[in-house]
Amino acid sequence: MKTFSKIYMITVFLFLYAPIMVMVVFSFNGINSTGLFQGFSFRWYEELFQNRAVLNALKNSLILAVLSSLISTVLGTLAAVGINRMRHSWIKGPTMMLTDIPMMNPDIVTGISMMLLFVFVGKFVLGGNSIMGFWSLLIAHTTFNLPYVIMSILPKLRQMDPKLTEAAMDLGCTPAKAFVKVVLPFISSGVIAGMMMAFTLSLDDFVISYFVNGSNFQTLPILIYAMTKKRVRPTINALSTIIFTVVLILLIITNAVQSRGEKKNIKKKGIRQ
Amino acid sequence: MKKYESFPVSPVEKKRRRKRERQAALITSPYLLWMIIFTLIPMIFVVYYAFTDATGAFTINNVKGLLGLEKETQNVIQSGTFIRLDFVKIFWRSMWYGAVATVVCLLIAYPVAYFVSQMRENRQQIIITLVMLPMWMNFILRTYALMKMLEDTGIINTAFTKLGLPVIHMINTPFAVILGMVYNFLPYMVLPIYSVMSKMDYSLIEAAQDLGCNRMRVFTKVILPLSMGGVVSGITMVFVPSVSTFYISQKLGGGTNEMIGDVIERTFLTETNYNVGAAISLVLMILIFICMAVMNRFSEDESQGGSIIV
Repeated sequence: MKTFSKIYMITVFLFLYAPIMVMVVFSFNGINSTGLFQGFSFRWYEELFQNRAVLNALKNSLILAVLSSLISTVLGTLAAVGINRMRHSWIKGPTMMLTDIPMMNPDIVTGISMMLLFVFVGKFVLGGNSIMGFWSLLIAHTTFNLPYVIMSILPKLRQMDPKLTEAAMDLGCTPAKAFVKVVLPFISSGVIAGMMMAFTLSLDDFVISYFVNGSNFQTLPILIYAMTKKRVRPTINALSTIIFTVVLILLIITNAVQSRGEKKNIKKKGIRQ
Repeated sequence: MKKYESFPVSPVEKKRRRKRERQAALITSPYLLWMIIFTLIPMIFVVYYAFTDATGAFTINNVKGLLGLEKETQNVIQSGTFIRLDFVKIFWRSMWYGAVATVVCLLIAYPVAYFVSQMRENRQQIIITLVMLPMWMNFILRTYALMKMLEDTGIINTAFTKLGLPVIHMINTPFAVILGMVYNFLPYMVLPIYSVMSKMDYSLIEAAQDLGCNRMRVFTKVILPLSMGGVVSGITMVFVPSVSTFYISQKLGGGTNEMIGDVIERTFLTETNYNVGAAISLVLMILIFICMAVMNRFSEDESQGGSIIV
């Protein structure tokens, strides 16, 4: 059984990683081929770094991810606190339903529905001026981030004793101060997790962005899509390798930080493993 | 909640509660407004476009055309050169590919989740991180990488030729499309099942063993019912993006294995026929919701059945 599970896991990981590894290897290929490897070179990396469009798209993607995750975290945190407080309100049901829509809908439907709205607004409200581009992308990304932020904060709020806030207010805190001093520290891990999730969702999104993007603001996934549509240069292998390496390093760091945090906690509480 | 209401409430407390509700509604309102404008209204737009023609007049021809009830849709009459698509066939194909990919994902992922949950704690985290890692690369890059591997001149077939084996044509086949879905969405199946299994109360399994269950019965009577929640959310997370994909089928299926996502994309962006596009999207959405409702019904029955036995 032990050996079977080992072989099974190795096979699955081979399946998951083989295409990526092939790309990594071929990013160092000396010739423009996907089947033959001839000579080691960095030429595709050099070509990539001379490509201004790639660097520009990366910058756009980062701006969009930072802004949309910040906006969705602020709106989402407030909404989560509000939803958690609602007891008998008739608004609660519809609010939760609205939160479910973007999570249940296929991305392509979310994308086209927003595109219809933006086209309509551009045509009839702004008199033919298109808002497709930065603004439509920011709105779309914030919208699909919001439910995920709320879903990662709500469980934290449910763990919290509502009497804590009441106590703070009895002791003279204004509601705003009670929120900052009591509620926010308690739910901070959920807020941060939600924000990070929003950031990566935004950075990674292609389908929804594809339908609401304009020609003046290109994100990295959109650029990659355009790259795979035309005659493809092996620079895309170099780009994938760089993305893979960055993700790998980031995950190693987060894992290391997490396990160190856990060790510290264990020490503090005096629990021995 | 009922317990809470059954206490006699003083007028002061009532006032306080009402104030609390008002405050809650107030801080939720920016979010609510945002979601109404950017989620609800766009959905209304989809419905509106689906049931109107290019002039804005009400029509059910868009939807009728999809179901094959109407021989010629508005679309064909307007563009002339457009070949009438058999929408029913394409819908059917999308559902079928999506279902096969979901089942294959489940069959591969379930043992993975189980094996990982049996490992030492710190090892579990590393393996799960490794399962997630490909997910953090954009799915376009992953699909592209897979396409390059499967091509007739790709690394697999080059290796075959070198070994004197015949070239196996893999790209642009249904197999390639389904493989692409499985490859892209497998982590979405592993993660929810694993998260349920890692929280599973191990003493239940021991109890079953003590009561004389063999391995098979421990699995069917304890492990499987307890992991049902993870399986259901895994199925949702794989099935929905698989059915509605358009990039995977374009790249790995060539032109011959068109899926409903491809038709939606083309209708909106190439033909800019919003009415027919909206109708297709609406039907897709409803079909997926029906599938999900059936799924949830099934899983609820499962858990209820379990509780009756207990």
